[in-house]
Amino acid sequence: MAKVPSPQELSKVNYRPPAKGWTETKPEFRPGTYCNAAAPKWLEMVSYPYPRRWSVPEADWHLPPDWKEIVLQQMEDRLSRFRSLKLFFDICVRCGACADKCHFYLGTGDPKNMPVLRAELLRSVYKRYFKPAGKILGELAGARDLTEDVLKEWFYYLHQCTICRRCSVFCPYGIDMAEMTILGRELLSSVGINIEWALASVASCYTRGSHIGAPPQAYVDMIDFLAEENERITGIATPVTYNRKGAEILFITPSGDYFADPGSFTMMGYLLLFKYLDLDYTMSTYAAEGGNFGWFISHEMGKRLNIKMYEEAKRLGVKWILGGECGHMWRVCNQYMNTYYGTPPDFLEVPKSPITGTVFEHAKMHKMVHISEFTADLIKNGKLKFDTSRNEHIKLTFHDSCNPARAMGIFEEPRYIINSVLPEGHFFEMPPNTIREKTFCCGASAALNADEYMETRMKGGFPRASAVRFVHEKYGVNHLGCICALDRATLPPLLQYWVPEVDVTGITEMVGNALIFPGELERTTDLRDRPLVGFEEAEEEEEAE
Amino acid sequence: MTNFFKMHFFVPLAAVLGLVAIAYFGAEANLTWVFGVVIPYLAILIFFEGLIYRIIQWVRSPVPYRIPTTAGQHRALPWIETTAKDKLDNPQTFLQVVGRMGLEVLAFRTLFRNTRTELKKQDDYPEGARLVHWSYKWLWIGAIAFHYAFLVIILRHLRFFSEPTWGFVHGIETVDGALRFFVPAIYLTDIVLLAGLTYLLARRLTNPAMRYISLAADYFPLFLILGIGITGVILRYYVRTDITAVKQLAIGLVTFNPVVPAGISPLFFVHLFLVSVLFMYFPFSKLMHMPGVFLSPARNLANNNRVRLHVNPWNYPVKFHTYMDQENEYREAMYEAGIPLEIPPEAAEQAEQAEQKEQ
Repeated sequence: MAKVPSPQELSKVNYRPPAKGWTETKPEFRPGTYCNAAAPKWLEMVSYPYPRRWSVPEADWHLPPDWKEIVLQQMEDRLSRFRSLKLFFDICVRCGACADKCHFYLGTGDPKNMPVLRAELLRSVYKRYFKPAGKILGELAGARDLTEDVLKEWFYYLHQCTICRRCSVFCPYGIDMAEMTILGRELLSSVGINIEWALASVASCYTRGSHIGAPPQAYVDMIDFLAEENERITGIATPVTYNRKGAEILFITPSGDYFADPGSFTMMGYLLLFKYLDLDYTMSTYAAEGGNFGWFISHEMGKRLNIKMYEEAKRLGVKWILGGECGHMWRVCNQYMNTYYGTPPDFLEVPKSPITGTVFEHAKMHKMVHISEFTADLIKNGKLKFDTSRNEHIKLTFHDSCNPARAMGIFEEPRYIINSVLPEGHFFEMPPNTIREKTFCCGASAALNADEYMETRMKGGFPRASAVRFVHEKYGVNHLGCICALDRATLPPLLQYWVPEVDVTGITEMVGNALIFPGELERTTDLRDRPLVGFEEAEEEEEAE
Repeated sequence: MTNFFKMHFFVPLAAVLGLVAIAYFGAEANLTWVFGVVIPYLAILIFFEGLIYRIIQWVRSPVPYRIPTTAGQHRALPWIETTAKDKLDNPQTFLQVVGRMGLEVLAFRTLFRNTRTELKKQDDYPEGARLVHWSYKWLWIGAIAFHYAFLVIILRHLRFFSEPTWGFVHGIETVDGALRFFVPAIYLTDIVLLAGLTYLLARRLTNPAMRYISLAADYFPLFLILGIGITGVILRYYVRTDITAVKQLAIGLVTFNPVVPAGISPLFFVHLFLVSVLFMYFPFSKLMHMPGVFLSPARNLANNNRVRLHVNPWNYPVKFHTYMDQENEYREAMYEAGIPLEIPPEAAEQAEQAEQKEQ
């Protein structure tokens, strides 16, 4: 793996555009700044076109001979199916309001990472082949031929967009780079250009159930292990049932939550919470993945993975679905899921909290509730007893994940929970222009959290990290909370690089840690085996022994 | 100066100067009928036909997904308050969408919330630098000043097309011409329009990133409207032309009784020609952002997917991996792990044997 330059070097961003115009410059595929090509086996598993061995830094990408016709034909198809694409191509006035809103632009200084120009990379081809002015005037109309170099440029920059929509918030017409990135990636896929990290996750999820490719028995093992961890630390058994028909609720969460730290601690939090409530729920080995990497590469693939949720809920005969903490999962669930499915899922019931009796009217058609909505309702109704001192070692700031922020609007629920499970004065907001709808991406979402991509990831995450640094220096913040499993995978390396003093935590982890169970062990550590405030010495003694 | 910049800046500049020359010498050469009647009619025709054609082109593509960009708290749990701002930035009803769109179109709300980000040295941070973000209103001021000044000027011009001049046009003129220290009264909007245009042009030229992204299609309308503004100002304040004759021409056009009275200065025909070009250019340019903003799916939809189904007209069935695919592949292992099954291993085995026998 390429060595990542130091933070001191990376933070010297040069925003001066090159002397040559943007149509004359080409990306340089340097290790650390591109994602590896997808291996053919993954494409075969999901019947994607043109599986082959190819390599990004090599000159020849082994494109099919008629690649150009295919891409143009696919572009025409997308234009006829997505008004958004046509409109976003046509109405941009290049006012530049989006320019300094993109974390990749702020982190790399590369002018083609200004959303306006990243879109122009696609738009210029659209003008050349679909607009009379471009056909006649060519370059003067901002049009250019579709060449292999242009295709490579698309590949490079469409994978420096995390579909975070921050540009869309600031665009006076709402032009959404995310939309163009997904559709642009669809065009790349049509000639067999895919990245390994995305396709491996998609194919694994498709065939086995989760991005990490765990077969059903391994999935059960992993979650059972976390349940045992709960028992070891709290003395409370939190058994989970799998594929149980007739359960009231199907709980679906991203694989990041049961696969690796620190997501696993959030998983332990879920299990503790459900045990505390004696919730009649089950988890599925089939709908084992909340996240949806399919949606990062195409709408169709997004649908092919997402459909498992309703199908499984139907098979198991549950009443409704509870969704875990996840960013893009909730964008898909909120903005695409029902449309993908085509009909309202009438085999489910309007979600109703069995504990508080609250009917979640806002999800009456969708039949799926966000864990933060569910938990906030419990707390509001006084159903949870917390010992906030167990979270006293945490000074928290909250990272609004892009998709729940800008494609849903879930801001207050997690904050309400945070304020309920933390001692007073332990929660600090980052600067207002970096949170809520203006939040900055972790820098590695949308299937870019590949190890070989570390340098660009660290650059893309710089704006987020910079805001975390600010609250760390000012208030001594030592934890970054989030309601996103992908964040829990991408933010730890980001903070390790930029602000190593700050750890990443899910919100439900802190809920689980603070819940007071009757008959529990006397707690001296949190769910991560870290000593609680006041028990540091005991811990040291134990270690000495 | 890069070749890219030279092409995208100077070609439109030359084009607009060329248009000025064409109209000026055309009028001098007594082609006033062409520039005063034929081209304006053609321009109006192209404008409306083009506008309708382009909008139909857009509308022919469906909106498969309901994808509003949300920028406020959604309404979920009734006890979590949603403020007026939340309702506008994360609309969940039709009325709220109307509010969001209304403020967008009338007040440029998004630009109002624009921020600017800069990398600052910060020696006490290990990385030595920090990104700072602040509210940045200049683009909003420039944009709204330009657009509203332009609107008022267009409305003021209705005095040429109405006989007797409509009352509200007089009203606008009175307010706009409040600076009565000069004769003729100086219209505020003339100053604001030219100042706004100058700002919009200057930021493209002085900001390196803006200069880098700007295309001929960005400079051309600026030069064109500047040309219209400057010729208009000259006609009003310096080279006064026969206003009665101009009004006669205008009334003739709108009543489909075209006449070209004598005594109109060639400069007027330059002004009118540039306006005609603007009308003809409009439907085929980025100026279509004006009707386009109303159609933007990121802005004109309510965030109510969890309550109301959004139907995708081209939604098609997809191939997906079913639960039974999983169970068939992992039946033994799932059984051993104690996971409930649809078909227990023995039954599956028997079925398989029976199938083999049949074959």
